[in-house]
Amino acid sequence: MNCIIIDDETTARLIINQLCSQIDSLNVVAEFPNAIQAIKYLNQNDVDLIFLDIHMPDFTGFDFIQTLKNPPKIVLTTSDSNFAIEAFEYDCIVDYLVKPIVLPRFEKAITKAEKATVESTKALSKEITEGVSGNDLYINIDRRLIKLDIPSIYLIEAKGDYIHVKTEDKNYTVHSTLKKIEEKLPKEVFLKVHRSYIINVNKIIDIEDNSVLIKKDVIPVSRSNRPELMRRLNLL
Amino acid sequence: MEQPNLNYIKELSGGDEAFEAKLINVILLEFPEEKAIYLKNITEKKYKETAENVHKIKHKISILGLEKSYEVAAKYEENLKQNNSVLKEEFDSILKNITEYLTTL
Repeated sequence: MNCIIIDDETTARLIINQLCSQIDSLNVVAEFPNAIQAIKYLNQNDVDLIFLDIHMPDFTGFDFIQTLKNPPKIVLTTSDSNFAIEAFEYDCIVDYLVKPIVLPRFEKAITKAEKATVESTKALSKEITEGVSGNDLYINIDRRLIKLDIPSIYLIEAKGDYIHVKTEDKNYTVHSTLKKIEEKLPKEVFLKVHRSYIINVNKIIDIEDNSVLIKKDVIPVSRSNRPELMRRLNLL
Repeated sequence: MEQPNLNYIKELSGGDEAFEAKLINVILLEFPEEKAIYLKNITEKKYKETAENVHKIKHKISILGLEKSYEVAAKYEENLKQNNSVLKEEFDSILKNITEYLTTL
């Protein structure tokens, strides 16, 4: 696995590098004393794993993760155990190492990262073979598979055990969950703005306070999802 | 008071003396600077900045095997975040202890 280290402390970078050198499957391709430099690097290069310090001046580890569209696996390295709960909110975070890091615990984190990578690859293969093909999504209604053009979907609403899928031409009610359909949709276009709503960001008409107008639907935007929505917009 | 040691560094190096020397040199170089910044900020009662300084020094305390001192530093950091300097004297003793130890390396 190609990995990078992001930590503002030289000692921490040296230690993580040393730990990586003791594991054959790891290849440290770069180190950064701050997140901004790492973002520039990641715009040009792909990596499999990031060792990320949370507590950095100006731009924290969590700020950094929120800038990544398709984050690789991340192992947090920190002197604070207080952030553990927040860490579990991110799917890309595979482990949380409290400094000083010792080799046996580090090895355990790498095993978790490798396992998570294998599972992601399997999920991707499954997605390709089941249901999603290019811009199409097949939904099962009354034992019929109906093809939807993904870009034409502008809103998905959760209603109990069902979801309402609204497209330019027609609306559909499908027995599924928001989580399942979210996994099938391109992340750069669709965004979950509320626990009951996924929107097509390209179809937004306007945004006001904590709501967004999509076609004729006014959709609530939860406080926790608002920063990501704002980040997606091409603001003047 | 507990004594600083190189146990963690030795364990980490697995016998790699070049790594040990490199890490110790970084500590020798950075610790006095970090300590000076900390002393300036605490004197000026800039508690938020001081908490940041303690956070950085805290990692070095753990690298030098000072487990109890690390706990004190962690609590002191939290106090500083709450705008109080309780445990300052204890933390300053830790700094003195490390300073004396580093002169022996």
